[in-house]
Amino acid sequence: MKTLKKSGLSKEEIIQAYYEVKRGRRLDERLWQLTRIGKTSFNISGQGAEVAQVAMAMAFEHDKDIFLPYYRDMTACLVWGMTSKDIILGSFGKDADPSSHGRQMPNHYGSKEHNIVSFASTVSTQMPLATGVAYAAQLEGKDYIALTTTGEGSANQGEVQEAMNFAGVKKLPVIFVVENNNYAISVPIEEQYANENMSDRAHGYGFEGITVDGNDFTEVYLTFKKAVKDARSGKGPKLIELKVYRLTSHSADDDQTIYRSKEDIEKMKESDPIDVFEKQLIDEGYLTQAEMDKMDEEIRAEIDKATDEAEAMPDPAPESLLDEVYAK
Amino acid sequence: MAEMTYLEAINLGISEEMARDEKVVIFGEDVGGDKGGVFGVTKGLAAKYGDNRCFNTPLTEGLIGGLAVGLGVMGYRAIGEFQFADYILPATNQILSEARTMRYRTKGDWTAPIVYRTPYGGGVRGGLYHSQSTEKIFAGQPGLRVVTPSNPYDAKGMIKAAIRSDDPVIFYEHKRLYRLLKAEIPTDDYIVPIDKANVVREGSDITVISYGMMLQYAISAAEKLAKEGIDAEVVDVRSLYPLDRETLVNAAKKTGKVLLVTEDNKEGSIMSEIAAMISEDALFDLDAPIKRLAGPDAPSMGYALTLEREFLVNEDQVIEAMRELAEY
Ligand SMILES: Cc1ncc(C[n+]2csc(CCOP(=O)(O)OP(=O)(O)O)c2C)c(N)n1
Repeated sequence: MKTLKKSGLSKEEIIQAYYEVKRGRRLDERLWQLTRIGKTSFNISGQGAEVAQVAMAMAFEHDKDIFLPYYRDMTACLVWGMTSKDIILGSFGKDADPSSHGRQMPNHYGSKEHNIVSFASTVSTQMPLATGVAYAAQLEGKDYIALTTTGEGSANQGEVQEAMNFAGVKKLPVIFVVENNNYAISVPIEEQYANENMSDRAHGYGFEGITVDGNDFTEVYLTFKKAVKDARSGKGPKLIELKVYRLTSHSADDDQTIYRSKEDIEKMKESDPIDVFEKQLIDEGYLTQAEMDKMDEEIRAEIDKATDEAEAMPDPAPESLLDEVYAK
Repeated sequence: MAEMTYLEAINLGISEEMARDEKVVIFGEDVGGDKGGVFGVTKGLAAKYGDNRCFNTPLTEGLIGGLAVGLGVMGYRAIGEFQFADYILPATNQILSEARTMRYRTKGDWTAPIVYRTPYGGGVRGGLYHSQSTEKIFAGQPGLRVVTPSNPYDAKGMIKAAIRSDDPVIFYEHKRLYRLLKAEIPTDDYIVPIDKANVVREGSDITVISYGMMLQYAISAAEKLAKEGIDAEVVDVRSLYPLDRETLVNAAKKTGKVLLVTEDNKEGSIMSEIAAMISEDALFDLDAPIKRLAGPDAPSMGYALTLEREFLVNEDQVIEAMRELAEY
């Protein structure tokens, strides 16, 4: 594992990265809690992928690069600019929810204000859209990039191959990401694909594919930094596979103990990437335990406040069901 | 004014819009370069507007569907061509899951102003897979517009309106009409609305409702029957979804006798919905049961001339059905 120092990021940036990682975890825990007490009806979380998502997202310029995420990317969306309140508004299905104004299930992130494009629940349909976004950049001669993510099961959809093929042909500024957490609901990778790494597929489309350990903050960051530089300078797309954990069940409606052994789950939880990251921060002298605890308290307070504020916001008016079916 | 075929009228309409608005781009299989599409609808556009704005895609309909949405969210007005209406099926997911819902699921924050163009219809010895009427697949899908012009004047005016529309529009072009119909049309800027049916012939005895090639039969039949003293009102549906309920129902009420003619299968076609609307709104104005003249419920027409002829409604059948209805 590479040291944090090797990332080339400043001390402030590393501390900010930790704040985002921790905020992602605490916010997700809150979302689970809200389902458990019956205030919301669904959650699907990125627990286990926070470090990788923050390292990935930090390599982009959020006010110009366009993000086309999938449902586990809450933490990356926070780095892109969404607030805890924005996310909780989505879980409550409030009218002010920037993702869909209460129209989609929770975890379908989007925000026009923050350059995050809305996506469907049908997995991987955002991938061809990302090529359109990247083609727009090419047409305009602008140097923004499209980042799009999906899971390793979802990466088998035909549209992903169509999108990568076209991106290769046109050398588009788009970065395809597969967050490989070993399971598509209950289906393990052995039943999902036969090649060694998902990233091997990139070669078939004429561009580079890279597999990275998602627990290694610096490695992920540097990989994306390079991919961003290449895409911005017209060198075309990349496929980056992030090897991450899925610490939770697939969603609030799933129970992973049915298809994963207790030992397997325990072992995975013992190597929680946040613990690994915290150890690095202490060992390299970025933060003390006491400083991290203090930050955690602040994050919890922020999330409590965001929850209360979001809950108090108005629900969508029933008659708004018919709004925006067509342009006026 | 200039005499133009239906095909040339569409080409001119697109060309005018590309000249007017540099955000209009067009793409599809064989669409770019000197070829200009397998039917030549996009001929000359690449030379005029550059290979970036009129370009070939790989043989990937899902990509065509999604590329348009990605361009749409970035402020472009993308025209994606599907080579035949039969081959729109691989893109159905992109059209229904992404294009149709982008506006609705973000309550207007993100929109996808797109035109998907596609030739449809039989009578050109296309067999099962080059003859189908797939428009019914996209009818009954709020958020989408499905339209088809039936003459060169409408072809130019409607393609221009479709390109300017902020909704995703599927623009069906009847391939028998491409070169069959010629008319004097204005060479300056005009628009034909894409949400209105058109009463093409006023009459008092019976009402015939149709679109595409079948509408041409109805117009011709009406002229012949006028000599026998049967005065037919003929209505071009034009907007296949959403339907222009008011115009259609009023035309039915006017004569009290309704014949619906479609090239599609009898069951489950656009005409089935029109019949339902008329019976809901005008049952007590009717003097005869609503009559449908349509293709049989076989998957599509055969390649052999005998099978193609057997499938397709012809003008004699339209005349016969109109006469019967008038006598009812
Ligand atoms: C086209 C489609 N088929 C099935 C589903 C149901 N579904 C939702 S998530 C999921 C598993 C996806 O697994 P993976 O891509 O590995 O991502 P992960 O959830 O593990 O991050 C499935 C089958 C869907 N949403 N879309």
